[in-house]
Amino acid sequence: MYSEKVMDHFTSPRNVGEIENADGIGEVGNAKCGDIMKIYLKIEDDIIKDVKFKTFGCGAAVATSSIATEMIKGKTVEEALKLTNKAVVEALDGLPPQKIHCSVLAEEAVKAAIEDYKKKHNKQ
Amino acid sequence: MNKRIYLDHSATTRVKPEVLEEMLPVFTDYYGNPSSIHSFGREAKKLVDQARTRVAKALGALPEEIFFTAGGSESDNWVLRGVSYANKNRGNHIITTAIEHHAVLHTCEQLEKEGFEVTYLPVDNYGMICLEDLKAAITDKTILISIMYANNEIGTIQPIEEIGKIARERNIYFHTDAVQAVGNVKIDVKAQNIDMLSLSAHKFYGPKGVGALYIRKGTRIVNLITGGGQERGKRAGTENVPGIVGLGKAIELATEDIDSYNEKLLKLRTKLINGVMERIPYTRLNGHPEKRLPGNANFSFEFIEGESLLLNLDMKGIAASSGSACTSGSLDPSHVLLAIGLPHEIAHGSLRLTLGDENTEEDIDYVLEVLPEIVQRLRDMSPLYEKVKGGK
Repeated sequence: MYSEKVMDHFTSPRNVGEIENADGIGEVGNAKCGDIMKIYLKIEDDIIKDVKFKTFGCGAAVATSSIATEMIKGKTVEEALKLTNKAVVEALDGLPPQKIHCSVLAEEAVKAAIEDYKKKHNKQ
Repeated sequence: MNKRIYLDHSATTRVKPEVLEEMLPVFTDYYGNPSSIHSFGREAKKLVDQARTRVAKALGALPEEIFFTAGGSESDNWVLRGVSYANKNRGNHIITTAIEHHAVLHTCEQLEKEGFEVTYLPVDNYGMICLEDLKAAITDKTILISIMYANNEIGTIQPIEEIGKIARERNIYFHTDAVQAVGNVKIDVKAQNIDMLSLSAHKFYGPKGVGALYIRKGTRIVNLITGGGQERGKRAGTENVPGIVGLGKAIELATEDIDSYNEKLLKLRTKLINGVMERIPYTRLNGHPEKRLPGNANFSFEFIEGESLLLNLDMKGIAASSGSACTSGSLDPSHVLLAIGLPHEIAHGSLRLTLGDENTEEDIDYVLEVLPEIVQRLRDMSPLYEKVKGGK
């Protein structure tokens, strides 16, 4: 049901954890629906220096969080904002149709974390 | 993958060698159509009749009260539609429970669209119905009470004999979906006042795609599958003779061995449940502590999600199932876990382990070794667990 890429990110997720004094934190989803993603950002000079995540959810939820953190690490904030759920799905070599919402959550989590960063740093 | 441990016996079971042995010659030697008049047909007919007698014996029924079907879902559909349509001059009310299998629930929903009224009895935290609720739900329009014998997810066994008594006193038909119960629980349809009972061969080491419906003599029920005159004119379609033979042998073995089988499973299950509860904090056992199927263990592990758990267990060779939404293809977790009052997030973290014939103490040791690590790994990744840790 899952691609090798998904299983790889599920079994060895990249960037799991928390960042103390993160510059931005985004949490999306809810426990009722079975998925919560929380993304922590460390940002210096508008560049994402570090990113960590914690996820409560299915295999696809873990894998999309993991790959999304990889895709934005080292990028500028503006570049990271361009991350789409479609790009996440493609990077994972596809997701089953009923799991596409996980990629949407990953995109939303990244955006929520950047939003939080901008708010905290008066960037908007 | 080296080690593989099957702990999903409520989903299906392997066919026992003795069952397969009786089935094989039916495919190649006794392949006649039981409706045919020639010797080939008569041989096949004899085998079907023998199987019918075996099923009847296992249930305490008469052979002429046993009808073969394609499985549990067909049997359930047949009862609900067949009894409702045949008795609509008497009333239009059906009583069932909130935790039935979808074969019952979805059929009831269809019947509601056709003008029937359905009461879905609630259950307590253990998954048990309340007999007073049942009595209170009965009206003069009630024509059928359909309550499962034992639940497929949490294993809770209902007070079938008492339900049967209530139904009989009020002259209402009583059907029980016993798909999970046969082979695990002693059944006597006469003593328990059961009018109809659904069963499925693949749940007790028989083949898939074959089941039966016991219909007490004199029950008013119309046909679901129409066509030829098979099964004394009540269920059309050429008989699945190899399947029926397998069903007959499997139910015979299952009922003969029921005491030793129960004892074996209970021992393993106790070890499993105690071991899990001791080793893994923030865990609850779902279902009734005693009145449950001998092979059923159902846990909720807080802060994690069931599908992730199943994938991790599968990588370690352990086959299990979960009531999480992600395994059901919808956004809602299992209706059974919600009906016993679990909050959504706890229901998402459920794990069902169902034991069977080939499981050993070593299997349980292995689960107890592997499961705590997996749960901890997923918790360490979970933002929900973080909050709890922070608060402690």
